Amino acid sequence: MFQVRIHGRGGQGVVAAAEILSMAAFAEGRHAQAFPSFGSERMGAPVVSFCRIDDRPIRTHEPVMEPDALVVQDVTLIHQVELFAGLSTDAYVLVNTSRSFDELGLGEFFGGFHPDRLLTCPATELALEYLGRPLPNAVLLGGFAALTGQITLDAIGTAVRERFPGAVGERNMAAADAAYRFVTLEEEEMVHASTD
Amino acid sequence: MLRQIEGSRAVAETVALCRPEVVCAYPISPQTHIIEAIGAMVASGALAPCEFINVESEFAAMSVSIGASAAGARAYTATASQGLLFMIEAVYNAAGLGLPIVMTLANRAIGAPINIWNDHSDAMAVRDAGWIQLFAETNQEAADLHVLAFRLAEELSLPVMVCMDGFILTHAVERVDLPEQPQVDAYLPPYEPRQVLEPDDPVSIGAMVGPEAFEEVRYLAHLRQLDALERIPAMATEFEEVFGRPSGALVSPYRTEDAEIVVIALGSVLGTIKDAVDARREAGDRVGVLGITAFRPFPSDAVREALSRARSVVVVEKAFSIGFGGVLSTDVAMATHDTGCTLRTIVCGLGGRPITRRSLEEAFAAAAQDELDSLTFLDLDHEIVERERTRMTTTRRSGPSAENILRDIGTVASRMD
Amino acid sequence: MTTQPVRFYQVGSFAVGNRLLDDDGRTVQSDPNRTNSLDSGHRACQGCGEALGARYAIDAAMRASQGRLVAVNATGCLEVFSTPYPETSWRIPWLHSLFGNAPAVATGVAAALKVKGRSDVRVVAQAGDGGTVDIGFGCLSGMFERNDDVLFICYDNEAYMNTGVQRSGATPPAARTATTEAIGSEAGNAFGQGKDLPRIAMAHDVPYVATATVADLHDLEEKVERAMQVHGARYLHILVPCPLGWGSASSDTIRVARLAKETGLFPVFEAVDGKVTGVSPIRHRTPVEEYLSIQGRYAHLFGEHPRTDIISRIQAMADRNIATYGLLAEALADTDPKGVDV
Repeated sequence: MFQVRIHGRGGQGVVAAAEILSMAAFAEGRHAQAFPSFGSERMGAPVVSFCRIDDRPIRTHEPVMEPDALVVQDVTLIHQVELFAGLSTDAYVLVNTSRSFDELGLGEFFGGFHPDRLLTCPATELALEYLGRPLPNAVLLGGFAALTGQITLDAIGTAVRERFPGAVGERNMAAADAAYRFVTLEEEEMVHASTD
Repeated sequence: MLRQIEGSRAVAETVALCRPEVVCAYPISPQTHIIEAIGAMVASGALAPCEFINVESEFAAMSVSIGASAAGARAYTATASQGLLFMIEAVYNAAGLGLPIVMTLANRAIGAPINIWNDHSDAMAVRDAGWIQLFAETNQEAADLHVLAFRLAEELSLPVMVCMDGFILTHAVERVDLPEQPQVDAYLPPYEPRQVLEPDDPVSIGAMVGPEAFEEVRYLAHLRQLDALERIPAMATEFEEVFGRPSGALVSPYRTEDAEIVVIALGSVLGTIKDAVDARREAGDRVGVLGITAFRPFPSDAVREALSRARSVVVVEKAFSIGFGGVLSTDVAMATHDTGCTLRTIVCGLGGRPITRRSLEEAFAAAAQDELDSLTFLDLDHEIVERERTRMTTTRRSGPSAENILRDIGTVASRMD
Repeated sequence: MTTQPVRFYQVGSFAVGNRLLDDDGRTVQSDPNRTNSLDSGHRACQGCGEALGARYAIDAAMRASQGRLVAVNATGCLEVFSTPYPETSWRIPWLHSLFGNAPAVATGVAAALKVKGRSDVRVVAQAGDGGTVDIGFGCLSGMFERNDDVLFICYDNEAYMNTGVQRSGATPPAARTATTEAIGSEAGNAFGQGKDLPRIAMAHDVPYVATATVADLHDLEEKVERAMQVHGARYLHILVPCPLGWGSASSDTIRVARLAKETGLFPVFEAVDGKVTGVSPIRHRTPVEEYLSIQGRYAHLFGEHPRTDIISRIQAMADRNIATYGLLAEALADTDPKGVDV
């Protein structure tokens, strides 16, 4: 089972992100479960959503306590909310930012993690460019696909287009594709850097 | 057809396949997605003929259902928690009148303090009202049980409520195999009322019944619920024949054949419990699980049968009778008092507190060592409680307890759970 | 030789028999083949205005719907005295659910009939004043607001009678009830309270609202007939004196109801789509004292130390109604002798 936790703020599509990820897994014939941590919904409040993916039926209904992957849609949460609870050093972390982990003040915390599993992606900027709106959720899923390899970009595309039919879905996928390429490139550079 | 779909949506689409004729509801978290989806289907014509009525309160929702059902229409509504309490007079009325209304109860805690998250206090508040109560473990079961519910209700002339955990199931997107219309039509015939308001054959429904006959009327209702203990398994078998998957048995046992300890629970927590039980089995404990699907009528015989080789029962429940103990535990105790099993209660998940596999594993391990207390509140923060108790003994004007505790816990937003 | 018009005073609005009228001018009650929807054998008190009003109204509704009617009844006197287990005096399909939900239950019945294509069958909901203006108010407002196809009839005896005469939101000022006793400085129910349900119904813009009393059978039946010609949410408010609760003689029920109208305290009118379209004018303007003095619930206003101050305030209410609704007809063509007793 692969467990994902997504953090963001109300209005950023955190809940939809988990749902789309689960629909993408479904499109690949796998079992998936997506649900939010339910708070009183309001714009701007911290929101958490979860997604589990497995090849067998998923029985459990507890929140994702030990995520294999963490997606952070909003960096302003970093020092406000316990984002990193339950993370093992093998976890993947994808942060929506144009800065680096060090610049965010996270360098020390993530010292013992795999560097090639800790990646950033300027999803909000990409969203503004391709969608004209700062909605980074689907974009980040493109980065997620590249980072973890748990899901294909194609499957993400199927799910996004089902969820957002028409032009909206197309634009989201264009941005997700850009994010996928960005993260892939980032990974390659990191691999090259470590082998230099 | 296999769909990756939100639980509420799965229920809405399945209910629509059951051809309800009058649907009414008053919105309350976490049921809103169900009625919104049905409303949209009626508006688009996907569900027709059907009258969808936006009522002014939950009391009106159940009352409209009563009128519709008495006039011969298949009636459906949905609610939760506070809404259920607001309609409780009508809930008892519907059962007393023998009207086959089907209702989804998206289980949610009852305030005060106001709380929109899941527990079973709402279902427990009406367990004596005469409704059949079915609990779904998964969204698949939630959808399937509604089909069974309409059939059961109309056959027995009793209202049926399908309980599904609010948010945990209603708002979870999972894989569900939704039935097809021909399958539902094969399983669920049109509603043939036992009593109906019809000008060509007038009857008076709802007369006062005095001491001379009330006991008999109540006893008859009890017998009808006991009939359900026979009918539910038979309908479940038929369900499997038509839909190709089992659904609706009275209970669902898991690894109970050789279990020394059997864990009993209702609803979605069963999934997490099974994971915990598997882990304990790896460690050598002989633990099993008994999920109860039909809570009313209570399947005493099936429960006893599942416990026949066990020495200990652990009831994991999301309800609590203040001043006494567990609610489900009381029912289990009554059903099993002469089996020689010890009974332990774990109260958890109140007000939506997450129930973790790890905490359950620890509790089950303790049970295996006979070290589990008779009543445990899982993951309770005793220190917080003590602080408030001290506050209350120190000063008379200690303030609202709930607010004091929230302050002690710190900024709510900083907690992930 | 001039012709002298001869007036037949035994013909007209107050004669049930109507033997000199054409068939279609006669009342439903005068028809031996009427449904008698609320059949004899019920357990109402002697002189019960509600039993009278219910039979009048439902029989008229049955005629208007060619006998295709379903009635939903709230808890209350009517429900209790008409269905003493194991008997029922209803000859039509009848459903009693709860005290506060008659409007919503009727909405459900109407919805079921609609979805089943039974446009021939009409729905009536009925309740006392308690079940209408108080505990049923939320559901009633919802029914009005949605314009559900139900004729709602309120039998107003101005208190919770079935439970022992307690004050409701329809109890008039100064009336004694068990929860507004005329004790000490209090003289019964307070002034400045209460709900005017007919006006509230009108404020919902429902197609038809009317008030009536059991004293004027023709008027009541015509209003039921007119209400049944229309679809949507309709409201009929009928004043039904309760000899027990009002402390009036059981033989005075119709007289008391007539006096309520003739004093102006109970305006009798019709409203279509939220606007008053007609009033039943006062025939003989009567001071409120004549009405109050024959009811025990106002006895504390009379006697050794009469409360003339309160009686004046009640008179002022009556005068206001007369002005507001225009209850005094323009000069009557004929001069009937005053104070005709029934």
